[in-house]
Amino acid sequence: MINEVTRIMTAAEYAAQYGLNRVGARPDLVSYLKHAWARRDFAFELARSKLQASNQRNRLGMLWVVIQPTMNALMYGFIFGILQGGNKPLDFPAHVVIGVFLFEFFAGSANSGAKSITGNAALVQSLAFPRITLPIAAVIQQFLTLVPMLGVMFIYCMILGTTPKWSWLMVVPLLVLFTMFNTGIALVCARLTVHVRDFTQILPLITRILFFTSGVLFSVDRILTAFPALVRLFDFHPIYQALQIARGSIMNGVEYPSFYWVVLSVWAVAALVGGTIYFWAAEERYGRVD
Amino acid sequence: MVELTNFDDLINPRLHGKFEPKPVYDVETQTSTETASIEIDAARKPVVIVDNLHVKYQVYSSGKSVGAAGAKRLLQSSTRGIREVHAVKGVSFVAYENESIGVIGSNGSGKSTLMRTITGLTSPAEGSVYASSRPNMLGVGAALIPDLSGDKNIMLGGLALGYNRQEINEMREDITKFAELEEFIDLPMRTYSSGMSARLKFAIAASKQHDILIVDEALAVGDARFRKRSEAKIREIRENAGTIFLVSHSMGSILDTCNRVIWIEKGVLMMDGDAKKVVNAYKAKKK
Repeated sequence: MINEVTRIMTAAEYAAQYGLNRVGARPDLVSYLKHAWARRDFAFELARSKLQASNQRNRLGMLWVVIQPTMNALMYGFIFGILQGGNKPLDFPAHVVIGVFLFEFFAGSANSGAKSITGNAALVQSLAFPRITLPIAAVIQQFLTLVPMLGVMFIYCMILGTTPKWSWLMVVPLLVLFTMFNTGIALVCARLTVHVRDFTQILPLITRILFFTSGVLFSVDRILTAFPALVRLFDFHPIYQALQIARGSIMNGVEYPSFYWVVLSVWAVAALVGGTIYFWAAEERYGRVD
Repeated sequence: MVELTNFDDLINPRLHGKFEPKPVYDVETQTSTETASIEIDAARKPVVIVDNLHVKYQVYSSGKSVGAAGAKRLLQSSTRGIREVHAVKGVSFVAYENESIGVIGSNGSGKSTLMRTITGLTSPAEGSVYASSRPNMLGVGAALIPDLSGDKNIMLGGLALGYNRQEINEMREDITKFAELEEFIDLPMRTYSSGMSARLKFAIAASKQHDILIVDEALAVGDARFRKRSEAKIREIRENAGTIFLVSHSMGSILDTCNRVIWIEKGVLMMDGDAKKVVNAYKAKKK
């Protein structure tokens, strides 16, 4: 070889020569998800222990997981039952119980997802691991809360007059789609909160608006008959559709159009994929102090 | 006639230049800027390359960070009252495998900022940091998850570091014993004293063989006995081809554990070399 002119190499060239990477540079999406998958035990364990710890200091402990939504359903059912008078949806108590219990899962995922990065600052700043595990752990925690709630929900429904049937099993695929959707929302909320802390102040308002516009307490067909355009809009409303599918599968004599499954699936996949990419794109940003 | 003092002039930031902190003592700035290009010892394997690193913070004079008040800045176009703090000014060095590097300097000299930049928690204004893997940083501060017991924190910390459950169950006893928390391991971490939680955090982090570990004054809160044992642990990590940065004000533990010392003063690299030599120079200057 002809002797090369000995010139000063730059740091970047040295780094490439010795296989060093720029610190903080995010890995490509595939290897990022692979790393995250390797930490699945971490996400699950974090969710489980946080759930236990969250109710540890209360006297009634884990019972609150069931008591709180029950009281919510009672309160909303009572107030809106009186307000709506004759326009109440069919089988109103079961309608409200299913609506309130399932909506809780969505609102909880969005809220705890939003706080998952900023609330675990010490963890994020001292250990290096894919940050996506934190919002996912938040959704797992909400899912673990949902399981006993569902059990109680079925019991309430039977007390309120619905009979057990095979279509109850349709709740399982519904929960898969709903969880995918909620995970996507949690990921988006997590990143937004890192950029703009003020987001946690607005988020309760947003979930409250969604609560009152998702048909949790009323029947869209009966209340909005005067506005057919609005009724059409509910054909593309993912939360409303999740609730309607659940009601149609659980309650007696409630029908839902089967294309709701298609629309909800599209929403679920879009939210999950979009949320994951959106969250991953800012991986370098999480935990930074400036 | 004596003119009355116009206080508005005094407090109007437009009438005054950018704040440049006066050095407490003379700083030979040129030493680092002149030799900005790095040289690498070909015989050893570099794990961290810090190349002409500058870190700046923009803060309002009131202390509020500019980033947090971004909305306000949109409304007012002038940037008056904003102060730029140049925390790290052109630091370059190369850290190799098998090294434990002490980082010394007086309070506020930029040590912690430099370490946070190496971990990627602060972004450089200029220059760059390259590393073989993402460093883990052990600093003082809150517990990992304060509401959970020490035992659960061991499990979670271990899982976050990439162990599986079985490995952690095997290590659990060692970690507890090392942190000397046998009686308290079932209590939530929020009830621990700062020394206890620092011990547990160090024990969890040190259970793994790290490529790069940064210990930022985390050992200062431990008692003398724990410090001795953690210094031994740091040497062990180093001997197994790890690289450790130890930020400390205790020259004793720096001399005991580090074979190389970096001295930073006012954001400038003052000296980089053999531990004894640098520590002696630092002590001489401090007097």
